[in-house]
Amino acid sequence: MSLDTVDSRRLREVALTPEEYRVIVEKLRRPPNMVELGMLGVLWSEHCSYKTSKTLLRRLPSAGEAVLQGPGENAGAVEIGSGWAAVFKIESHNHPSAIEPYQGAATGVGGIIRDVIAMGARPIALLDSLRFGPLPGSRRHFDGVVAGIGGYGNCIGIPTVGGEVYFDECYANNPIVNAMCVGLVRVDRLMRARAEGTGNSLMLVGADTGRDGIHGASFASVELDELSSERRPAVQVGNPFLEKCLLEACMDLAQTDAVVAVQDLGAAGLTSSVAECAGRVPGAGARIDVSLVPRRERGMTPYDVMLSESQERMLVVVQRGRESEVERIFSTWDLTSAVIGDVTDDGHLTVFDQTEVVARLPIDLLTDGAPPRRLAGVAPEPAPSLRLDSLPPLLDPGESLLRLLASPNLCSRRPIFRRYDHMVGDSTVVAPGGDAALLRVKGTRLGLAMTTDCNARYCHLDPNLGAQHAVAEAARNIVATGARPLAVTDCLNLANPDRPEVYWELEETIAGLAQACRALELPIVSGNVSLYNDSAGTSAIHPTPVVGMIGVIDDYAHRLEVGLKHEGDFVLLVGSSLNDLGGSEYLKVEHGTVAGRPPPLDLTREAAVNRLILAAAKAGQLRSAHDCADGGMLVALAECCLLGGMGVRCPALRPEAPLRLDAAFFGETPGRFIVSVASRAMPELQTLARRHHVEISLLGMAGGDTVEFEGQFRLQLDQIRQAWETGLSF
Amino acid sequence: MKFGVVVFPGTWSDRDCGWVIDQVVGAQLQYLWHKDADLKGCDCVILPGGFAYGDYLRTGAIARFAPVMQEIGEFADRGGLVWGICNGFQILCEAGLLPGALIRNASLEYRCEWTHLAVERTDLAFTSQCAEREVIRVPISHGEGSYFAEPAVLSRLEQSGQVVFRYCDAGGRVVPNANPNGSLHNIAGIINKRGNVLGMMPHPERCAESELGGADGLKLFRSVAGSALRVLVS
Repeated sequence: MSLDTVDSRRLREVALTPEEYRVIVEKLRRPPNMVELGMLGVLWSEHCSYKTSKTLLRRLPSAGEAVLQGPGENAGAVEIGSGWAAVFKIESHNHPSAIEPYQGAATGVGGIIRDVIAMGARPIALLDSLRFGPLPGSRRHFDGVVAGIGGYGNCIGIPTVGGEVYFDECYANNPIVNAMCVGLVRVDRLMRARAEGTGNSLMLVGADTGRDGIHGASFASVELDELSSERRPAVQVGNPFLEKCLLEACMDLAQTDAVVAVQDLGAAGLTSSVAECAGRVPGAGARIDVSLVPRRERGMTPYDVMLSESQERMLVVVQRGRESEVERIFSTWDLTSAVIGDVTDDGHLTVFDQTEVVARLPIDLLTDGAPPRRLAGVAPEPAPSLRLDSLPPLLDPGESLLRLLASPNLCSRRPIFRRYDHMVGDSTVVAPGGDAALLRVKGTRLGLAMTTDCNARYCHLDPNLGAQHAVAEAARNIVATGARPLAVTDCLNLANPDRPEVYWELEETIAGLAQACRALELPIVSGNVSLYNDSAGTSAIHPTPVVGMIGVIDDYAHRLEVGLKHEGDFVLLVGSSLNDLGGSEYLKVEHGTVAGRPPPLDLTREAAVNRLILAAAKAGQLRSAHDCADGGMLVALAECCLLGGMGVRCPALRPEAPLRLDAAFFGETPGRFIVSVASRAMPELQTLARRHHVEISLLGMAGGDTVEFEGQFRLQLDQIRQAWETGLSF
Repeated sequence: MKFGVVVFPGTWSDRDCGWVIDQVVGAQLQYLWHKDADLKGCDCVILPGGFAYGDYLRTGAIARFAPVMQEIGEFADRGGLVWGICNGFQILCEAGLLPGALIRNASLEYRCEWTHLAVERTDLAFTSQCAEREVIRVPISHGEGSYFAEPAVLSRLEQSGQVVFRYCDAGGRVVPNANPNGSLHNIAGIINKRGNVLGMMPHPERCAESELGGADGLKLFRSVAGSALRVLVS
């Protein structure tokens, strides 16, 4: 095929549009050859270039006092005290997981771990945010993904401490698999993947390069269709053992000053890692020779080598002359390393195959050349409105509670997290199953809280408000452990933005995230966008902006957990309930409908309630705390009992008009917590609540083995546990 | 008492064991690299949890050939204390230092959760600080921890009192419901005849501090640390 008659089939294969091709020819003043076209195709894919979202993403706040590294690096970093930095990022692996659930999820975990390692940090925790179609129909996705996450995380020895899982029809063909990794590094050892220093060597370390995963990034940038299963070769295969060795070798490497930078090879493999590394240093370029790349198989072309997405590889920029030190470290771990090129100052990525130049492209054309796509958003028809007075009154709150607790979206996640090693590392102080996980920072009193959150049903009903809720809920989950929210990483999962209503969702989502993060003073320091989560013609996912958040507690001895602790403690509702059931789990489970708008969210009020909880926790007034979210107050209260192994006795709940009984029990008004306090601490807590202008109300008293609202219902804790623990048994 | 902690590629409990030995117990710590044929004067050698060499062929099947294992075999023959935890137990079985094998959990799933263990031997260097018939709480984390042995081997183990830990309920009753992985006779840990090589699936190094949910594991580390004078290495 002649270069200047590049046909549309070839363009489709590398996922470039004719218009983009025209721009390339214009910038290069010549047609690109096939290797160059492939390299540009992957780097200009939505997955790598963010061409659809990047102008919108600039609206997100990323600055803050604690921020050491914002977006643009392998991961974000914030200072957490005692000279430590937390490094963290979340990333999607949706498309691969749809096709090959086990490997898709496993390599998603592997990829996000390498992002943290590249910052010089030791990964200490993993979290996974998952969405599937309803069970049992989506069993294959669910089982494969859960097994893949465990298979990788358990083997590499990093605890999987949190996450979430939800089920909805909209994910039946497009499961969502977002993996977050958190790491720790001394502030002064934080690394950046910048190809500094002309003449420094580029070394490729870790696995040999094979043909796996070619065009993975491009594949992740289109809708799934009936041919998608043919893309299975575009899904990589993970080797967690190899990555464990790579991790330890990189930790050893970070102790030396022979290394300038470390960069993960992820989507778009060698092409993107070299280009990104050079792209972060103005004027820098790189020369590499594909013949020096250690290979897994014979007959690979330069095109294959440049586009391979073989896993468990890293690019290391090494001080010239110190390559043998690096080689020694990797050979100690029986890992291959090879010098494949060096850093230049010509602003170009030049690819040789021995002496022959097979590609030569300006770095900025690769990393920043994709023309931003400016699309127009159009608001879709609003969701059906909800008229509360059309709902029949709540007759038996106890029966509704059992059905809600047994629903797949609310029931116990233990059948999942007991398949993940969540303890390795000897740091997990608050284990999975609560609001947020809390890990201690060894050698200090610091605790690091972490969570992921998103109620995508809210986002479906109102993407802007839904995104705000995701931030607010994540913050409440952090606060419920006694930690103060510090920073955010986000993973925006949406459908095909070429459809005006999806682009509108993207705009609204980002606007909502920005608004909530500004109001709660939370910088977004890293993130990922995954678009095209549709299946040709059939279904599109709800906008699913997953918010990963970390927070810090100065002394983890002051941490809070969900479960009630002592018989006779007062159980209180902090915050007040609105007469609202919009988008609630109650509506869906009990009335089979998704309607209304998400509950109103007052961010100033959220901040005030959070401040109260943190102040009370610090003063030692609280014995337990739990965020009220999906399922409302009664579900949260039942969880406090289930996790504490203790019942609660409450007088009848008689809400004042206009608050309906169903809204009081099951409405999902934000800004509320269930806390328990020793009776003697009550007066102080009341004073503190008044000072923060937050309403608190007594629900009942902890103790016994039943959950009871006098005259309304009374359930044995065992009966509740039975419902809650079997919700995922299909 | 000098503890040696063996590091294979793929080992991950090495740092947790090291943390407990060094920071919690305050004993001497020496990491031992799998390629080293030298135990560096350690009194007790720990084979920690993880996936040595990826456990790709069969758990422990490759690790038994590591140079350090030759030394450990000889050290055990001389009466030195060898303590296999999780993957370490699997390796000891593969290496023939303990009888039987660890096979896939009956659930066919990985399990990470707290278990109760009935301590059946307290006359050992590893358990001297436990009370008679004490029930301790220790977490497991494995996919292949179901203890299996031929009937003859099993009855020999039972007759000579080589079962050290058995999964039980909180009240100490050895019942099927308390068995997390399908181990025969609820076996969680066994000792060799001589009493110096212990293998156990649960992770005592994960419960040596109360903030991690329990501190019963510390008793085992303290037992070993306090046993220096009673060990006779011939």
